[in-house]
Amino acid sequence: MSDVTAEGGHGAVPLSPDVPVEPRPAVSRRDWPLYEVFVRGKRGLNHVHVGSLHASDDEMAIDAARDLYTRRNEGVSIWVVRAADITASSPDEKDPLFAPSGDKVYRHPTFYEIPENVPHM
Amino acid sequence: MSAPTLQRPAPDEADLQRHFDAVIAAEHRIEPRDWMPDGYRRTLIRQIAQHAHSEIIGMQPEGDWLLAAPSLRRKAILLAKVQDEAGHGMYLYSAAETLGADRADLTDKLIERKQKYSSIFNYPTLTYADVGVIGWLVDGAAICNQVPLCRSSYGPYARAMIRICKEESFHQRQGYELLMTMMRGTPEQRAMVQDAVDRWWWPSLMMFGPPDADSPNSAQSMAWGIKRHSNDELRQRYVDMSVPQAEVLGVTLPDPDLEYDPATGHHRFGAIDWDEFQRVLAGDGPANAERIRRRRAARDDNAWVVEAATAYASKHGS
Repeated sequence: MSDVTAEGGHGAVPLSPDVPVEPRPAVSRRDWPLYEVFVRGKRGLNHVHVGSLHASDDEMAIDAARDLYTRRNEGVSIWVVRAADITASSPDEKDPLFAPSGDKVYRHPTFYEIPENVPHM
Repeated sequence: MSAPTLQRPAPDEADLQRHFDAVIAAEHRIEPRDWMPDGYRRTLIRQIAQHAHSEIIGMQPEGDWLLAAPSLRRKAILLAKVQDEAGHGMYLYSAAETLGADRADLTDKLIERKQKYSSIFNYPTLTYADVGVIGWLVDGAAICNQVPLCRSSYGPYARAMIRICKEESFHQRQGYELLMTMMRGTPEQRAMVQDAVDRWWWPSLMMFGPPDADSPNSAQSMAWGIKRHSNDELRQRYVDMSVPQAEVLGVTLPDPDLEYDPATGHHRFGAIDWDEFQRVLAGDGPANAERIRRRRAARDDNAWVVEAATAYASKHGS
């Protein structure tokens, strides 16, 4: 019996290697560009990344984002941006990009010892 | 003095593997641009894609009742639920794409039957009571499966699952409420509910997959934090949850061997027909052909819309 796991959501799905997963080599002509979606949950909060979708243009991306990510009042504002236009650092925490902030403990308030009898500090 | 260089030494594979293992061991999340073993990536794409397919195909059995819902209230609820299933599929395709998969390609693989979807959706919805039983039993089983996935080691999958689980609770409750309403109705309506329970109970138990003894590769998925509980553990949890719900509803679960075992605190249940499961998964269920035919028609018949929107976008230079 091929390996079938329960944790495929609505029921068991096969996880054996005979189920192909190779991404297609060439990008499909049908494909619309990928957009990343950011939603402001309510006034006073930042926009937060919620996922992505495909749309033919910016306007359609906003409409689709509304249907997909705010069906239950999850937002008051949506940003969409083409995934191809995002420049990202490597997420690896060992990345030297973030090393300079690692040894600067004096940037944090707790670095400084203040006597307990000093009020309001 | 030598000039500073931007070139970093390329980390070797063993180093990357150690770092990956440490992230998993610390119960931290793997994120899309992290290095990951090829097997981890493939297993995830396979699982997430087929999960997405299940959500998309899952719109069909209930969608069949949209135009026959008995009231405007029930119709609005069912429409919202079916729309959620589409949304769940989209969240999951979105997660699969962070691993390098291509959404259109995954759809093609579904239509060509190279990738599967849950066998449960190959059973037909014969009466309106089936809509309620799907919400109660099928979505109840899905919740059992999906809650552990909110802690999946792969960040985008876990985040999609948190969103899905929140919405799934509505699905189960509307189904149970629908059934309670029918059980307060006429004898015919009560018989309709019992008939639907009789047909869906065993396929619901099959949703958890074959017994652990027949799942040789799940140890690797467990180690990777992709899978959190064994098939049998989840099935037992589901049976224990469903029995008291059936009692309150006033229906009988169609299993003469179903019995509470005070020694273990769990319910013992009868043997599952795994031949049926394999047959349905392989394509020989009551509605397999119809499910795929409709999905193919949705892709092919709407291709002109996709093309027209693309042409419009290129003309107006979005």
